[in-house]
Amino acid sequence: MSMDFYDQISHNKKMTYVLFLMFFVLIGILSYIFSFVLDLYFGSGFIFIFSIFGILTILFAVISYYQSDKIVTAVSGAKEVTKETHKVLHNIVEELCLASGLPKPRIFVIDDTAINAFATGRDPEHAVVCVTVGCLTRLNRDQLQGVLAHELSHIKNYDVRTMTIATVLVGIAVLLSDLMIRMFFYGSFRNSDSKNSGVFIAVLVVSIILAILTPIIAKMITFAISRKREFVADASAVEMTRNPEGLASALEVISKDNEPLEVANKATAHLYIANPLKGQKLWMKSLFSTHPPIEERIFALRGR
Amino acid sequence: MDGILLGLALVILVIVVLLIIWLIATYNSLIVTEKQAENAWSQIDIQLKRRADLIPNLVDTVKGYAKFENKVLAEVTNARAAILGAKTPKEAAKGENMLSGALKSIFAVAEAYPTLKANTNFMALQEELSSTENKIAFARQFYNDMVMKWNTMILKFPTNIAAGMFGRNKEKEFFEANEVEKKNVKVDFSDLS
Repeated sequence: MSMDFYDQISHNKKMTYVLFLMFFVLIGILSYIFSFVLDLYFGSGFIFIFSIFGILTILFAVISYYQSDKIVTAVSGAKEVTKETHKVLHNIVEELCLASGLPKPRIFVIDDTAINAFATGRDPEHAVVCVTVGCLTRLNRDQLQGVLAHELSHIKNYDVRTMTIATVLVGIAVLLSDLMIRMFFYGSFRNSDSKNSGVFIAVLVVSIILAILTPIIAKMITFAISRKREFVADASAVEMTRNPEGLASALEVISKDNEPLEVANKATAHLYIANPLKGQKLWMKSLFSTHPPIEERIFALRGR
Repeated sequence: MDGILLGLALVILVIVVLLIIWLIATYNSLIVTEKQAENAWSQIDIQLKRRADLIPNLVDTVKGYAKFENKVLAEVTNARAAILGAKTPKEAAKGENMLSGALKSIFAVAEAYPTLKANTNFMALQEELSSTENKIAFARQFYNDMVMKWNTMILKFPTNIAAGMFGRNKEKEFFEANEVEKKNVKVDFSDLS
């Protein structure tokens, strides 16, 4: 018996918290080892450099969070559309806003025949929803409704905020490990006159390995969070429309379409409803993918 | 001895303060949820009014097509009159259901009139009315979601205690499809020959 959408939403949200917890644990362990080693080598003078970098990362993340709607639409070449020219699109969005209690977002269209959509904006009051021309011409009303419901769910669930936090954490983890590697290269030229040099070297080796692995693990956790949020968005979309088949058949149409979306790149890929970088770097598909496999998503929606 | 008494008094004080904070927070969320439900109810009305406003335009567009002047068109105008003249919510609801049925008939019958179907005005109206029907349905769905949220909140422990204390523990009714609406709408083609 498959989970209904309420269960799916709460299950996926719990998984997101677990993933964030893993994140903090990872950073905690790393910081502990880091400060332990720093203490022995240099005393605490270099910590403040890390804080500056850390603050800069957070600053950039915050700025991009607040300007996400402008940045993403500019990068994607999307154009805002009115109700006069795109009546059905506006009607569907208005219907879904009634179903979800969300305020109506700004609506944009990308001039590309690939079928894809994204949503961005830090909260429902500053939200933007964007679809490609391909969506409008190649999906029927139910399918388009499913896709838009998925996008509005991202807004409703504050996913942009979640992913921004995750990105900041990755930034911090990357900086920490980067700094650590630099320390060791500079430090190894000094004389190692500390006691227990055997234990020391062991700790050093472990620290270097961790320093190299941390960015990778951090990224993997971020991607895992992103995939979970995609499932939550699918389930929330069903909560809105009470029609899982609309989204399921839309995903089917998308999966059969091999056309990559030209304006998308690795930086914006995670925002789209389906991975727009089709056929490129297929090995990325599992642990490094921002989206779960489409077959799994369709299975979750249809229960078979 | 004094120290123990003081400690005990402090603990009791902290507990009381926490309880008060919890009561305030719970009361506020009860108020917010109740207002959300009331707003959701009014959203349904807004969409119903929108639909009623579209009717005159629809009647005008369709009037020129001979056979339409009969039963089907009359159903629509009668339904709208019933809504406008209703004195109780129950009468208004009955009128709204009549209108839903009548609109379904019009669009079904229009299938037999290719020139009417191709009329741009009619097509625009069809999209508007069908979208409005969707909006009415979604508004009702959202209202039911809010009712579920409210009813669950006032019944769950420990919120139900606070709800009882403040007298805000009356369950709301779900919006239910009327019996008339649930019966299949019979489309009458008899006057089309």
